[in-house]
Amino acid sequence: MNIYVCIKQVPDTEASIMVKDGKSINEASVKWIVSPYDEYAVEEALKLREKLAGSRVTAVCLGPERAQNALRTVLAMGADAAVQVESAAALDSWNTARALAHVIRADKEFGVVFLGRQAIDGDASQVHLLLAGELGVPAATNVLAFACDGKTARVEREVGGGAREVIEMAVPCVMAAAKGLNTPRYASMMGIMKAKKIEIRKVPLAETGADEAQNRVRLLKLSSPAEKPQGQVIPGEPADAVRELVRRLREEAKVL
Amino acid sequence: MAKIGIYIELDKGTFKKSNRELLSLARQGGHEVCAVVFCADAAPYLDELKGVRTVIQVSGGDLAYQPDRYARTLAAVIAEHRLEVLLGACSAQGKDLFPRLAAKAGAGLVNDCLAVDLAARKAVKPVYSGKLLAEYQVEGGCALFTVRPNVIPVQPAAGAPPEVRPAAMDNGDTPTRVVEVIQAASLKVDLTEAEIIVSGGRAMKAKENFAVLEDLAQVLGAGVGASRAAVDAGFATSDMQVGQTGKVVNPKLYIACGISGAIQHFVGMKTSKVIVAINKDPEAPIFKKADYGIVGDLFAVVPLLKEEIKKALG
Ligand SMILES: Cc1cc2nc3c(=O)[nH]c(=O)nc-3n(C[C@H](O)[C@H](O)[C@H](O)COP(=O)(O)OP(=O)(O)OC[C@H]3O[C@@H](n4cnc5c(N)ncnc54)[C@H](O)[C@@H]3O)c2cc1C
Ligand SMILES: Nc1ncnc2c1ncn2[C@@H]1O[C@H](COP(=O)(O)O)[C@@H](O)[C@H]1O
Repeated sequence: MNIYVCIKQVPDTEASIMVKDGKSINEASVKWIVSPYDEYAVEEALKLREKLAGSRVTAVCLGPERAQNALRTVLAMGADAAVQVESAAALDSWNTARALAHVIRADKEFGVVFLGRQAIDGDASQVHLLLAGELGVPAATNVLAFACDGKTARVEREVGGGAREVIEMAVPCVMAAAKGLNTPRYASMMGIMKAKKIEIRKVPLAETGADEAQNRVRLLKLSSPAEKPQGQVIPGEPADAVRELVRRLREEAKVL
Repeated sequence: MAKIGIYIELDKGTFKKSNRELLSLARQGGHEVCAVVFCADAAPYLDELKGVRTVIQVSGGDLAYQPDRYARTLAAVIAEHRLEVLLGACSAQGKDLFPRLAAKAGAGLVNDCLAVDLAARKAVKPVYSGKLLAEYQVEGGCALFTVRPNVIPVQPAAGAPPEVRPAAMDNGDTPTRVVEVIQAASLKVDLTEAEIIVSGGRAMKAKENFAVLEDLAQVLGAGVGASRAAVDAGFATSDMQVGQTGKVVNPKLYIACGISGAIQHFVGMKTSKVIVAINKDPEAPIFKKADYGIVGDLFAVVPLLKEEIKKALG
């Protein structure tokens, strides 16, 4: 099976994020990583390849030049090939999905396409389902368990309150990973060496049909939220402190 | 004045609180509001829907949630009623349904909004896990927004009773087929919509010890959450994880027990109205972020807290 995994490069979870000119962030001291949910997607793609003989995993990332580092990470984890859609444009989720769909659709035999349920920069939570719409294939998101025999996929997804929905769909299909699906592997030394030799295929954005001018959702402004004033530690013996806490929760904060 | 639709989410027939929040938002500004309800009979909900112009009652055939059918039905409702905006809750179902609808209807979508300007089709939502806020505008067509639960204050329903108009449920193909819904062994409060959450971290030390938090949660009618350290250690299940790679929660009261307050945890609960921290280390970073803190052993403090709250709530 020709398996695909779409990954986004995002700032490290520890990074402090500063607004630059009202519409973008200051990238000066940012360390970049593969978005955490996308790592679960990569792991699941590799597991499926191990199960279905003769399969290949291709990683696709839309982003500027630095995004190649994210693709190298995924190649080092074990992906066979990588494609970068070269773009520094501020695309909305739909245009991103269109560009990714262009790359995947060119392969008439694409099978399961893995994504994350959310990229932790824009937190848009929709590219996976828009991609499925563009490809005209079924999709499941927030997936905690995945099984596929090559023809159909069966997934379990969390739907709130601890309940799980079981979904069946025919391959080709899209699935978006949640935490708990698996434990992503680390890149081995050998993997890192091997990854260096694989050429990343580059696709210019213009070739994909995606175009910032056609965005359906336009970013107007980025800002930093107001910081909360620092709270107070309530002193005293546990029993006294607890009594005082409950009083304040009722009288001051009015949440009880 | 714009024509605003609200997707009403029912939970096994119960009218969810998030619907009241969406209704409160839509009733401001004198817009024409339509509520879309998938049910055989909307009568039990009409009291909640006062002030809404039209209730579009989608019925006929199988009404069980099938994402393809729901998305196609809503796309048809948007077209027929010329809705300029459709609002939904950013719940588990909202996050599944609205992006599919966006694809189907060729519409722009902003998920997880904290504020929406309906007339201007603008919304503010957290990005970078809440480290920043972004303002977006949706171009052309019907603008889709899902709104984070517990953000919009609920106003009591008021106004004239709505007119009920039927709409046909799409019973066509389900390429993405829901074959079964497995309920949780015990009924759990959905954390993303919970009003109060009691969370435990690595300090819980064992799965059984979460009973201490569950006791407190029960008195409060709260949900029980966990840090990633607690989930990774196997003390809690992954659906309980709060944080950057878990759930983003927005309760009015969040009680963090034995959680250090790492940035990845904090971004998942920072918008809580009131944060209480219980930690034995006075230097724990969580105290810088909490509204109220108690320095002490959680296994001593939490049971005392439970008793004190029990007394207070009578
Ligand atoms: C990519 C990435 C994503 C992540 N996503 C998340 C996420 O979604 N959610 C999340 O929570 N974390 C996440 N983390 C992990 C995060 O960085 C922290 O490691 C984690 O939150 C720590 O959990 P903790 O506070 O329970 O444990 P610790 O940091 O070990 O803190 C335990 C605390 O308990 C206190 N304590 C110990 N015993 C007692 C006692 N008896 N009574 C009272 N207090 C006691 C200690 O003083 C300490 O402060 C992520 C990390 C990365 C790198
Ligand atoms: N620029 C991108 N390149 C590749 N994949 C992406 C990109 N943006 C989003 N995705 C994928 O879509 C998922 C959901 O992203 P989002 O809708 O932006 O939250 C991510 O977890 C990725 O798998």
